[in-house]
Amino acid sequence: MKLDVILRVSVKFFLPFMLLFALYVQFHGDFGPGGGFQAGVIAAATIVLYAIIFGLAPTIRLVPPIVVETMIPLGVLIFLGVGFLSFLTGDNYLNYSHLAHDQIHGQELGVLLVELGVLITVSGTMVAIFYALADRGRS
Amino acid sequence: MVLLTLMAVVTISIIRVRNLFSVVILSSIYSFLMASVMIVLDAVDVAMTEASVGAGISTVLMLGTLYLTKTTETVPAHSPVLPLFVAIGTGAALVYGTFGLPPFGIGNTPFHTHVSAIYLGSSIPETGIVNVVTSVLASYRGYDTLGETTVIFTAGIGVLLLLKRFSKSTKDK
Repeated sequence: MKLDVILRVSVKFFLPFMLLFALYVQFHGDFGPGGGFQAGVIAAATIVLYAIIFGLAPTIRLVPPIVVETMIPLGVLIFLGVGFLSFLTGDNYLNYSHLAHDQIHGQELGVLLVELGVLITVSGTMVAIFYALADRGRS
Repeated sequence: MVLLTLMAVVTISIIRVRNLFSVVILSSIYSFLMASVMIVLDAVDVAMTEASVGAGISTVLMLGTLYLTKTTETVPAHSPVLPLFVAIGTGAALVYGTFGLPPFGIGNTPFHTHVSAIYLGSSIPETGIVNVVTSVLASYRGYDTLGETTVIFTAGIGVLLLLKRFSKSTKDK
């Protein structure tokens, strides 16, 4: 384990930028390539990389499995909730035009929330599957 | 053309190699080549998804699966003639199908003149979103994306049910 010192130090440098890049891909999806799916996978990859280098136990302390497993249905619920919210504003299901004071802002808010739901579900699922695999391999 | 040749080489080596570790790495390389092809075709969003999902996370998950199973593929018991015949037949049918498609880059085909034009024209005035892929994905075709998210949710739950050993069942033993 002494030989991993280069890996450990360099990964510590990488991790914040990877998370930041995931958030960039998420919130810049309106203007450039990207969105919830890609950002979710990049965020999950950050956690997987941490687990590979620093071991499973510190990762589970950092991101408990219960959080990850709650994230899987939470994202779908956010997506569905935005749909029902647009019902309440007097529009069709998943039509965000009346979520804010005008159409443009309503659409942007709706897309932002929906992409957030996708991000949460995708990253939760990926990390949960990785935890399940790693947990089985350990025993 | 270079990319497609490389992809063909990688595919043939995936078929030839019996070591599953090499197969996983080769399919990761294949995904990266596919992502490069998508960039050449100006589909940056798809390229990004292919690079992060296909080459990134699925490689990690495949390696994790490999850790639980054997790392060499068993020699097939049947002769490969019938599968080869089916594969070549399907491939020939698909290539025959491409002759019916309009030439690459032609603008006045049905899928460029029907909804694509509407989306491209009305995305900025209606939603204020510059990246039309995002506005189509999340706003115009919101139902489809909801369906995709539900698919990921269902698949995740299914895989977790298969992989996880619940503490209750171990107590019963």
